[in-house]
Amino acid sequence: MKGKKTNELMTFLTEEVLRYGSDTVPAATAKRLAEIRRDKPSVPVIYVSSGSASIIAGSEQSAAAADLYLTDMGITGLIVRTTCHGPAVFEPMVCIHLPGKNKLIFRNITADKMEATLNGVFHNDMPEEDLVAQSGSTGFEAWHDIPFIEDIPFYRMQKRVVLDNCACYDPESIEEYIARGGYRAFFKTIRNYTHLEVCDLIERSGLRGRSGGGFTTGLKWKYALNSPSDNRYLICNAKESDPGSYADRSVLEGDPHRLIEGICIASYAIGASNAVIFLKTGSPHPLARLKNALEAVRDFGIIGHDILSSGFNLDIVIREEAGAFVCGEETALIGSLEGKRGMPELKPPYPTSHGLFGKPTVINNVETLMNVPLIMARGPEWFRTMGTAGSKGTKLFSLGGRGRYTGLIEVEMGTTFRTIVEGISDGIKDGRAFKALQIGGPSGTFITEKNLDLQVDFDLLREQGIAMGSGGLIIIDETTCMVDFVRYYMEFIHKESCGKCIPCREGTGRMLEILENIIRKPHTEDSNATLERFKGVMQLEIIASVMKDTSLCGLGQTAPNPFISALSNYREEFEEHIFDRRCRANVCRGLRTFSIDVDKCTGCTVCASKCPVNAIYGTRLQPFFVVEDKCIGCGICYDVCKFSAVTVR
Amino acid sequence: MRKIEDILRQYRAGSHENLIPILQEVQAEEGYLSENAIVQIGRFLEMSTTKIYGLATFYDRFRFTPSGRVHLRICDGTTCFINGSEAVINAIRDNLGIEPGQTTRDGRFSYELTSCMGGCNDGPVLSVSDKYHVHVKPEAIPEMITKLKALADLK
Repeated sequence: MKGKKTNELMTFLTEEVLRYGSDTVPAATAKRLAEIRRDKPSVPVIYVSSGSASIIAGSEQSAAAADLYLTDMGITGLIVRTTCHGPAVFEPMVCIHLPGKNKLIFRNITADKMEATLNGVFHNDMPEEDLVAQSGSTGFEAWHDIPFIEDIPFYRMQKRVVLDNCACYDPESIEEYIARGGYRAFFKTIRNYTHLEVCDLIERSGLRGRSGGGFTTGLKWKYALNSPSDNRYLICNAKESDPGSYADRSVLEGDPHRLIEGICIASYAIGASNAVIFLKTGSPHPLARLKNALEAVRDFGIIGHDILSSGFNLDIVIREEAGAFVCGEETALIGSLEGKRGMPELKPPYPTSHGLFGKPTVINNVETLMNVPLIMARGPEWFRTMGTAGSKGTKLFSLGGRGRYTGLIEVEMGTTFRTIVEGISDGIKDGRAFKALQIGGPSGTFITEKNLDLQVDFDLLREQGIAMGSGGLIIIDETTCMVDFVRYYMEFIHKESCGKCIPCREGTGRMLEILENIIRKPHTEDSNATLERFKGVMQLEIIASVMKDTSLCGLGQTAPNPFISALSNYREEFEEHIFDRRCRANVCRGLRTFSIDVDKCTGCTVCASKCPVNAIYGTRLQPFFVVEDKCIGCGICYDVCKFSAVTVR
Repeated sequence: MRKIEDILRQYRAGSHENLIPILQEVQAEEGYLSENAIVQIGRFLEMSTTKIYGLATFYDRFRFTPSGRVHLRICDGTTCFINGSEAVINAIRDNLGIEPGQTTRDGRFSYELTSCMGGCNDGPVLSVSDKYHVHVKPEAIPEMITKLKALADLK
């Protein structure tokens, strides 16, 4: 034992599980591991999801309510805080596992519903409207008339490989992770393989980088391993720059130990004794989880000096990003870690030969590293059975936007986007029409109705000019204006452009100006102004192509992508904005005009009192009217009117 | 200024690569980066203060004025945008009369735009001192601000 804290359980897990020479452990050990995993609980176990999304939806209060209920009723039970199971619409999600019965999964159990739900389950009076499904295996008694989780489209069409641990164990408990087979792959790797053999295995599995580029991971590792140096670095890129994606963060929150195991194996493969996790700021929970996990790993002696007497040393540190989108780019990330401005450098030299502090460095994203322990444990052939010819394995997506079921999903490579939108998400909220699927965030593109049959596959998408991105998928319906959406991304990129190269620094600014001009309320509307706007669009296309060709880094080169894709697919919407001064989604503030229907208006004065610019006039109990010149198109009057007297055009 | 010395003691003097973690820690402690703090860090790391400002202003997360007694964080992620966060941000801007990153004159309020906080299904999300408000509507902002004023005065 090298750690500071020791106890009996820890000694058992390290000596008899981790350090045990063979893959199968003796029956007595296996029995104890099953107890730690709560395979067959003897008391009721209540799993409350506790990821970022759950906490925002109020899961902490739910857990407290469950605790209070158990104490009040005098029931001995366990409350386990896990993380998000995937569907963010179900948060706070609660699973209840009664001894001998199948697990029950409930949705949206806020603190006030907790007592009724638990009462129902304990007294066999099932609260049906909140019940999602049951999940179980042989050896448990099934509940009558309750669907199985495999029957729900959201789960049935997914292939949960990387996510299989999420929401099943307490991510703050390393003991449970080890009991679920964790860190065995790392110890097996150190014991049985050389550095090169590990790289070979990963290369043979066909694993490709999940951050967008899709470079073969094993090959990247080999480049770093073959660069002569006294020290190498491994960086786990958990920056996840896309403002609409939370896949990496959710999965590292849900299963931090598997990420650490992946980092351990990758560091061993390239012979790096220092690894850095470059973490996104914004939410405090993932950081806390990771810190906790790293502390536990150090205590268990899994990382540190001379691991398993192999002569391999490893230390992992967490570095929080300081807030710059461009730091997702490899060379900028390295600059930021060296204590400089995060600005991209010209490549080559690539980080694999000349990276952090001039040493060979491998940068892998969270999802890539999460796959590594699985491949080492189950073999590259297992991994090759999943996916398409060129892209193996699965892909995580954070599905967001207007779908009916949204959240963290994992699909096998080769799944069509139609399956994701119509199957997993089960269509669009409120019965609206599907408009587009945005993939890859501010550097991504739009997938339209006619492209929905495309498969999730690095090469197939690249042929179509679509970048896979890091895993953000946003479903857009007719309530979103494409011009406004493109402007939002352009504003984001413009704010985040590092300013090093001119095409990106100036190009994003000019594009943003022109786009804003299209949707701004004109003071004088004459034919010349219309012509100017149209010329703007002509310029937009030229600026976009110049930026694409001449920007220094991927950020600038891909910045015009959303615009190019939106213009080619939704040209008529742009033209409507420019010529007709009309926004079909009624989103663009400058193009909206509100008027009050004199027949419906009761003169209640609510709209006038709420109007932020005092553009609504009238006498009490008489119809009111909107002064168009003053109106800023905010739409508050439209939202507050109880008599639907405010109309928008 | 005992605190800053304590933070600096954990690092090696002159180690430029530790600048960002040091700045982050100082900001977490004091709420912002004061001139005094920057000078002290510069002395410790043997770096000119202009270099430190040059770096700190490059990144979004550093601020150079004290934050308000009540600090609002509004999600500026894509999903919240689709769900109408822009109108909420505009309502806050109009109501407080300040831009993101600024502090109101009375020192009561400041606000910032953050990247996705993870509550994508409940957008727009607004967080006030670790308490989350979900499905925020722009017309609810004036009432919320009035309530928070009372909270700010208590602090």
